[in-house]
Amino acid sequence: MPFIESVDHLTEYRRRVRAARDPQQLQVLVCGGPGCLPLGSEELAAAFAAEMEAKGIAGKVLLKTTGCHGLCSHGVRVLIRPQEVSYQKVTPADVPEIVETTLLNGGVVERLVYHDPESQAPCPHKMDIPFYQTQNPLVLRKLDIIDPESLDDYLALGGYRTLRKILFQMTPEEVITAVEKSGLRGRGGGGFPTGRKWRLCREAQAQPKFVICNGDEGDPGAFMDRAVMEGDPHAVIEGMIVGAYAIGAMRGYIYVRHEYPLAVKRLQKAIDQAREFGILGNNILRSKFSFDIKISQGAGAFVCGEETALIASIEGKIGEPMPRPPYPVQAGLFGLPTVINNVETWANVPEIINMGPEWFAAMGTENSKGTKVFSLVGAVNNTGLVEVPMGTSLRQIIFGLGGGIAANREFKAVQTGGPSGGCIPPQFLDLPVDYDSLQQVGSIMGSGGMIVMDSHNCMVDVARYFITFLMEESCGKCTPCREGLKQLLAILNEITTGHGEEHHFDLMEDICQTLATASLCGLGQSAANPVRSTLKYFREEYERHIRDKKCPAKVCRKLLTYTIDPNECTSCLACVRECPVGAISGPKKEPQVIDQDICIKCGLCVDACQFDAVKVE
Amino acid sequence: MDLQRLEGILSRYDCQPADLIPVLQDIQDSYNYLPKDELKVVAQRLNLPLAHIYSVATFFAMFSLVPKGKHVCKVCVGTTCHLKGGQRLAESVSNRLGVEIGYTTKDMNFTLETVGCLGSCAQAPVMMIDDTYYARVTVDKVPKILKKYQ
Repeated sequence: MPFIESVDHLTEYRRRVRAARDPQQLQVLVCGGPGCLPLGSEELAAAFAAEMEAKGIAGKVLLKTTGCHGLCSHGVRVLIRPQEVSYQKVTPADVPEIVETTLLNGGVVERLVYHDPESQAPCPHKMDIPFYQTQNPLVLRKLDIIDPESLDDYLALGGYRTLRKILFQMTPEEVITAVEKSGLRGRGGGGFPTGRKWRLCREAQAQPKFVICNGDEGDPGAFMDRAVMEGDPHAVIEGMIVGAYAIGAMRGYIYVRHEYPLAVKRLQKAIDQAREFGILGNNILRSKFSFDIKISQGAGAFVCGEETALIASIEGKIGEPMPRPPYPVQAGLFGLPTVINNVETWANVPEIINMGPEWFAAMGTENSKGTKVFSLVGAVNNTGLVEVPMGTSLRQIIFGLGGGIAANREFKAVQTGGPSGGCIPPQFLDLPVDYDSLQQVGSIMGSGGMIVMDSHNCMVDVARYFITFLMEESCGKCTPCREGLKQLLAILNEITTGHGEEHHFDLMEDICQTLATASLCGLGQSAANPVRSTLKYFREEYERHIRDKKCPAKVCRKLLTYTIDPNECTSCLACVRECPVGAISGPKKEPQVIDQDICIKCGLCVDACQFDAVKVE
Repeated sequence: MDLQRLEGILSRYDCQPADLIPVLQDIQDSYNYLPKDELKVVAQRLNLPLAHIYSVATFFAMFSLVPKGKHVCKVCVGTTCHLKGGQRLAESVSNRLGVEIGYTTKDMNFTLETVGCLGSCAQAPVMMIDDTYYARVTVDKVPKILKKYQ
């Protein structure tokens, strides 16, 4: 890799990379995204390499492990280009057939393609699959085609094109104006206008200034930032270069949670490449602008996703939030002006500069422009990452892209915004999703987690789950959050174990009110949302728990009774081996029986039974 | 105390107060925990009170003041995993290993932890042993997975 001396040198190098590439080059692109990786992407790629070697085509076919292909539920996914044949649920055993049929003979292995669930018609090509048809990928668009560890791949698709524009054709002011005009708002959850944030920081007097990328994606159920950091790390770096130029920063930090080791590895590699290549460092492309980036790893604290806590953590302190103002744009890292934006926000920036703010602002709704990536998970048929224009309805996302509720169950709610968000009931399915509409129904956009729930999910248990999570992650600095969550959890525990009382309703409302108004940071201020939204939309479920001591969804274990159906028990003894208290017994080769006096209602026998013989009432 | 190993870690840093968390992360990775004597040296070199280091070491989930096991098993209890039985999975692993969540087996082979989210929500419930992910782990798959590490 050469050291790039000037902007013309960069263009020339890109031209050479492109010229050396054949658009008709046969490529096998194995998904190595967050969804497919645990299903065995690495083994699959190795199987392709070995089979192609054996068939003597290893030199002719390009094999790459890429970032996320989107449709995680049908992983491991493999895309064959240039035909754009998309295979799903591929295992190493399928590799010889794919090599023979598709790579050698140009055909399609029909059993490995997506089939329309209604017509059963095969959808061999990526764009035949309804899941991909209605998306509008902007941040995700390169994820399934580039090797995240190859700078050349990124450059070939126009990467770092913004450098010519910003360094030699635009003033920092003009960059900020462009981002303002685009209407881009922070994708981490708050939705603060990005351009305005940059302007405030540019106007701050103190020097030096910093930019930070918030990659502390802590919201359970959200993995789009992980997918972008792992799948297209240079896009994040390019966005940060633009931001640093605009505000006049010389140093940047990417804060990544330590649970994402692959993201750290890929980002570090990308930073090293960019430095070696000359697009990070002193006097970039012989301009007056110097900028470099360092990775800072989180150490396992959810609250560090909050900007002031994140900054404290980079400074080597515990992740306790600070009251704002002053905002980080005035006094951030080491007390100096700092712009902190989320991964997805940064990744949006290069295309806004390249394509122009009007292009970006043409997508989305009046006050929420562009697209948003959602991680669509839970009780839907198609789980994975989707990117749609702001304003797309929940129904379109869940029933269109998501393919409806799995196992033909009934849709109950969708949880958005992580632990700070709320549960949205069926009557709002036609709501266009943007920052403001979600807030109106008691939830938030958050980072884009969308967890779909069906009739088998208990909303009281969901509230209890989130409050448990938040109580454990509360930093403990301010009293309303520290004590309020503890008390809220105590009440929810009473309710889910059959000790709920009528006055708990008022008590919970009261605590929620205090939490929301008196907490120091966003964690506490929004912590009441899971309880408030479920109380508002699913009150009768709380009532059933409190008055009848019943859990209609059969989730709250202490309210259930477990028995074994003698007609379905095969006497395999799997439940007997799993039971931690020895409550299950019976004569050999005969149906087993659960002793209700010993049973601790842990429910493990249900999971252990392969024959659905354990009944729950 | 293995001073050479510690010096190897400290030599990679300027030893400014802001280096504290990366230094502790390296010690945690290298020693599998944060030994008290080493922390005293870190306090001296970074010019920080030992109490400050203690506060950081006990605030963040990844640090441990007692040695962790040879293998660390992290069961995901993120929202999607919770809905799909992640908590029961953690209990099943706990029963199988005979160790409470957050603790290490007597033979120091396993530390069992739960984690807020591993980011593989589409394959819930998920667990991770060392650096290997396991997808769609149902209770009946647990014995076979654990056996690989025993």
